[in-house]
Amino acid sequence: MSDKNKVKPLVTPMRPKLGIFKFASCDGCQLSILNLEDDLLALGQALDIAYFPEASSDMREGPYDIALVEGSITTPEDAHRILSVREQATVLITIGACATAGGIQALRNWADVDAFKRAVYPSPQYIQSLSTSTAISEHVRVDFELWGCPIDKAQLLRVLTDLLAGVQPRLPTHSVCIECKRREIVCVMVAKGIPCLGPVTRTGCGAICPSMGRDCYGCFGPAEGMHEGPGLPPNTASLAKEFHQRLNLIPVEVLRRFRGINGAVKPFREESQAWERNEA
Amino acid sequence: MSESKETKTRTIAVDLIARVEGEGALRVTVKDGVVQDVELRIFEPPRFFEAFLVGRHYDEVPDIVARICGICPVAYQMSAVHALEQIFAVSVEGALRDLRRMIYCGEWIESHTLHVYMLHAPDFLGYASAIAMAKDHPEIVTRGLRLKKAGNALMTLLGGRSVHPVSVKVGGFSRVPLRRELEGLKEELLWARDAAVETVRWVAGFDYPDFAQDYTFVALRPPDEYPFNEGPILSSGGVKISAVEFEHHFREEQAPYSTALQCRLNGASYLVGPLARLNLNHDHLSPLGKLALADTRLSLPLCNPFHAIVARSVEILYAIEETLRIIDRYEPPPSPSVPVTVRAGTGMACTEAPRGILYHRYRVDGDGLIREAKIVPPTSQNQRRIEEDLRAYLPSVLDLSNEQAAMGCEKVIRCYDPCISCATHFLKLDIQRDR
Repeated sequence: MSDKNKVKPLVTPMRPKLGIFKFASCDGCQLSILNLEDDLLALGQALDIAYFPEASSDMREGPYDIALVEGSITTPEDAHRILSVREQATVLITIGACATAGGIQALRNWADVDAFKRAVYPSPQYIQSLSTSTAISEHVRVDFELWGCPIDKAQLLRVLTDLLAGVQPRLPTHSVCIECKRREIVCVMVAKGIPCLGPVTRTGCGAICPSMGRDCYGCFGPAEGMHEGPGLPPNTASLAKEFHQRLNLIPVEVLRRFRGINGAVKPFREESQAWERNEA
Repeated sequence: MSESKETKTRTIAVDLIARVEGEGALRVTVKDGVVQDVELRIFEPPRFFEAFLVGRHYDEVPDIVARICGICPVAYQMSAVHALEQIFAVSVEGALRDLRRMIYCGEWIESHTLHVYMLHAPDFLGYASAIAMAKDHPEIVTRGLRLKKAGNALMTLLGGRSVHPVSVKVGGFSRVPLRRELEGLKEELLWARDAAVETVRWVAGFDYPDFAQDYTFVALRPPDEYPFNEGPILSSGGVKISAVEFEHHFREEQAPYSTALQCRLNGASYLVGPLARLNLNHDHLSPLGKLALADTRLSLPLCNPFHAIVARSVEILYAIEETLRIIDRYEPPPSPSVPVTVRAGTGMACTEAPRGILYHRYRVDGDGLIREAKIVPPTSQNQRRIEEDLRAYLPSVLDLSNEQAAMGCEKVIRCYDPCISCATHFLKLDIQRDR
């Protein structure tokens, strides 16, 4: 996980060329860029936004110094298109859960897609969709991964300014729990018995869900192990056991907790599959 | 008819429509100067939401359906919770109902302002983007960004964040704001109200093509308020039904060239969205909204798709005024949500997404698990109507170069603020991209 996030310092031209690309997604991460509001015009001055179809009909060809990629790979042509994006980009950054982990649409990865197509589609022979939704890093080399569903716009801005300054971007990888403690939010799991994914989920959102009186549902993906060290998976097994034994979740409910927005990323995927076996 | 040597087939194509949400293309064939095929192609990859909702617990639905669209997540959450509450016979009233209107207002302000200032206005002023426009009109673009930010602030206070809010649940919210938190937004909303009045005046002064169409308008029409979450579905053709009856009148059909289905009302195309809402509900506008609309000197009904930007701007003003009205009477409810007792059943609901009515139907079992889901988003409903507009519009641009004609067509499409990401979640067909 973490060796992916070592970007070679960008030898930046005065105004690096930025391209923003979309694959299977809800557009929410691209919207987070437009939601920069106060900083958007400054960003447009610091970077040459050369390709951003969602916001501009001026679409210029690569190469791009920085490519931001939203969305996951779900069709044969997109699996092909990402190769050309990679070829044209010096630094490729995935933005959001779809691009970084396969997204919510990766729930199809557990379905028998052929049976599924026959059941749902009147003309299954036309279906060109892949049977999986996969992260960009399963197809091409990724220089930096920005987690979140959606990404946090302040994190995006920080990564871009670091790159512009020729600095290796770094973002915290510890769990949401730390953020809750910092914000003095009462633990929803301890105080209310709500099964919360905060202990195994990466910080970055500002612990929004617990601050709104509910459980974290893991939209920033897995945290990195706090005791074992960065780059190591979080202790999902311990949390899952807590859900089951102390909060009385039945195995399929534990499975569903981990099989969500970032369900396809390794630590969460393996945990949900372990509970699938428990169920059987 | 015999093929003569002079027969000329011409194709006008837009490979990737810019300044819309999601990915779509347009292909028009013209034979001997006569428009043959108009195909609005949607090549967003399918994401299968209706399929993977099955087997999930009802309380996960708001978090999942929010991901259908980053631009209008509240609409998906609102249609979902209303449909599920119908099954559980839950009634959300008073301050909680007000807060639901308010978070929807936040979404309208944010989404409409994004479209008016950043996606649509550049067409009328001759720019490729709002960022390019900012060089010559910094004060206008800055006003738009600040107005949009006011909508986002409202969504963030009520929902935790503006993209994919987290507080909406069946029965209400996981947390409701304090009075003073809402009061804290007032000053900026008062500024936003003035900015919205300016916005209506600004867009009313644009140069509009003379292009009135004969539309069937469809919108919710509650008896005594501008529509957000409830109300019978009304058509200008005289249909008046409840959301429960939606599928008896509205049918989705498959077009072989697009990955999205097209919806028809009793077999014909119709229009949803700001123009339809305003035409059917202008008498429910606030006094300032009525005044601003009257000042535009446009006569109702508005039948020119290019006037959608005016309707959108009037709705921004309405949403701000409605929010201020709700803040003034807000008393925090005793609990952020009402209790829910699970029972099996089927529920249907329709709410007004920024782009038009959004229909959801769910079947739930006795354990609260989803057994069936159906979602009909606004852009699939408008898709047929967009093609009909293009057919009517094309003769006026056929003398131009392919590039200029294509640009004109793109402008017609953008009037609709089509949300292609939304339109394709329910795809039943996926065809190779035309390259």
